[in-house]
Amino acid sequence: MTLNRRDFIKLSSLATAAGVLGFPHLALGASHKVVVVGGGAGGATAAKYIKLADPSIDVTLVEPNKIYHTCYMSNEVLGGGRQFDSLKQGYEGLKKHGVKVVHDSASAIDPDKRVVKTADGSAFGYDRCIVAPGIELLYDKIEGYSEDAANRLPHAWKAGEQTALLRKQLVDMKDGGTVVVAPPAAPFRCPPGPYERASQIAHYLKGNKPKSKVIILDSNSSFSKQPQFTKGWKSRYGFGSDNALLEWQAGPDAGVVKVDSAGMKVETSFGDEVAADVINVIPPQRAGKIAQVAGLANDSGWCPVNAKTFESSIHTGIHVIGDASIAGSMPKSAYSANSQAKVAAAAVVAMLKGEEPGTPSYLNTCYSLIAPDYGISVAGVYRLSEDGASIASVPGSGGITPVDAPDWALEREVQYAYSWYDNIVHDIFG
Amino acid sequence: MLSRTNIKRLTLAIGIIGLGLSSTASAEVSGAMLAGNCAGCHGSSGNSLGPAAPSISAMDPLVFVETMQAFQSGETYSTVMGRLAKGYSEDELEKMAAYFHAQEYRPAEQPYDKALASEGAKLHDKYCEKCHAEGGKPLVDEEDYNILAGQWVPYLRYTMSDFLENRREMDKKMRKKLEQMLEAEGDAGLDALYAFYASQQ
Repeated sequence: MTLNRRDFIKLSSLATAAGVLGFPHLALGASHKVVVVGGGAGGATAAKYIKLADPSIDVTLVEPNKIYHTCYMSNEVLGGGRQFDSLKQGYEGLKKHGVKVVHDSASAIDPDKRVVKTADGSAFGYDRCIVAPGIELLYDKIEGYSEDAANRLPHAWKAGEQTALLRKQLVDMKDGGTVVVAPPAAPFRCPPGPYERASQIAHYLKGNKPKSKVIILDSNSSFSKQPQFTKGWKSRYGFGSDNALLEWQAGPDAGVVKVDSAGMKVETSFGDEVAADVINVIPPQRAGKIAQVAGLANDSGWCPVNAKTFESSIHTGIHVIGDASIAGSMPKSAYSANSQAKVAAAAVVAMLKGEEPGTPSYLNTCYSLIAPDYGISVAGVYRLSEDGASIASVPGSGGITPVDAPDWALEREVQYAYSWYDNIVHDIFG
Repeated sequence: MLSRTNIKRLTLAIGIIGLGLSSTASAEVSGAMLAGNCAGCHGSSGNSLGPAAPSISAMDPLVFVETMQAFQSGETYSTVMGRLAKGYSEDELEKMAAYFHAQEYRPAEQPYDKALASEGAKLHDKYCEKCHAEGGKPLVDEEDYNILAGQWVPYLRYTMSDFLENRREMDKKMRKKLEQMLEAEGDAGLDALYAFYASQQ
């Protein structure tokens, strides 16, 4: 059926009227209220883009940290190629767009009364809420590991002090030392991240502590961009040779199930003990804590959503984006979160007006830096699946850097990775 | 008689008018939605903060579509763009083109050598200005322009290397002028041209 303009206006007014009846905050004259929980790639983008689309909407962002450290590009800090301070982002840019920024933790969300509560006892009513809490680390899935043990065995999977700590441990380590990187079983934030991290650590060791090595103890049997990483490791770090700077031990038996932070040892599920000088434990993950508290996650620990609007399949009026959401074939990355935030922002603005949300389009690109002149990428364009139930890759599009890419192309990818970082950070926070 | 390019222009214009008429229905994906996803690498509104990814704001819409189609087919070499370009239909590319054409171009803020830039200005006038008019600026009210002024120098270098290594199609006129310039000035001439384009801020 084709709607003509008159029909469309009629429909919109009807939908708006229904909205007014349904939701108390939509009383005539009052501006619409949106509360965004979480100020990372997803939340900050959503808050900004709602304001850009409709400055009359009252947007409040709830985020505990005044300074946000991007996890993306933090592996380059470990390799020594980037200053830690360059990861710091603030919220002044969002305030200039008219976003109210509240530095507090969301402690509860009442989906019936439509209120977000914070740790200091404040309450923020909303017409629509966007939840972008990132991940919660499940320390107790690894015996002997805890938030406290992470002060000795950093995860560095949320950037900040943990990144600085892991970097310091690498710098303080003796030549001839062993570094363990222990990724969790998929799904987790930043699928190529652990392998880029091992590459960056190997790069640091190669230039500074060449008798040392980094060992990936991996419960996964395969990983993101594997042929490209493997080729880069062979080319730069002697992967597969007798004096390799980087080793990958993989499969269900190789995953780390137990750590001893006092004895600086890890144990694999097979029962092997591995002693190391620096131990980077990346524990299993699920949707950020507030998503669990608010009942937005299902049994998988992640949040099911409507693929077109990111509205929760569990609670109406709340949209979940970024790492926390179950977003079809999109990986858990900053670019995915930024793209999903724009889709959700447009949907929220439309829904507040009582309009049908527009057709979405989604995109992801993730760069990994194997060495300072060696970049690879995975890219994808996504759209709603035919049945509208999921987010699907557009057939024939996307993919990874060709395995036979020449050196000059890999160097270009590094420059494009830096361009990606500078541009996306500005798009999110600027 | 209409040339191939002009027929394409006409088709594009009709397509855009069509969009205007049907824009009340929401089943069609909007140009802003499609183009919003480019910001992660090319900057908000298509103005890149560099250091290498090009700005794509204010591009000639037909140049935008043809560039993307050449990435799709592999006729133009790319690292990542071909993989992404394949995700869009011609209709979608036209919407993105219209969106970016309407964005204000902001020249890149980058360092350059002043003496080299004035040398480059002379070379530009001699070899390039006939096609890349007004120093390679975006001529948004005109047609058939490629933006060089204020573009990121690493991107200009990559693109020139792709032209010279036959990874990107170059028309006969450009090849002739480029060969003349390189014959007379060598690679230093290219550096001077890059400095000239960088100087237009």
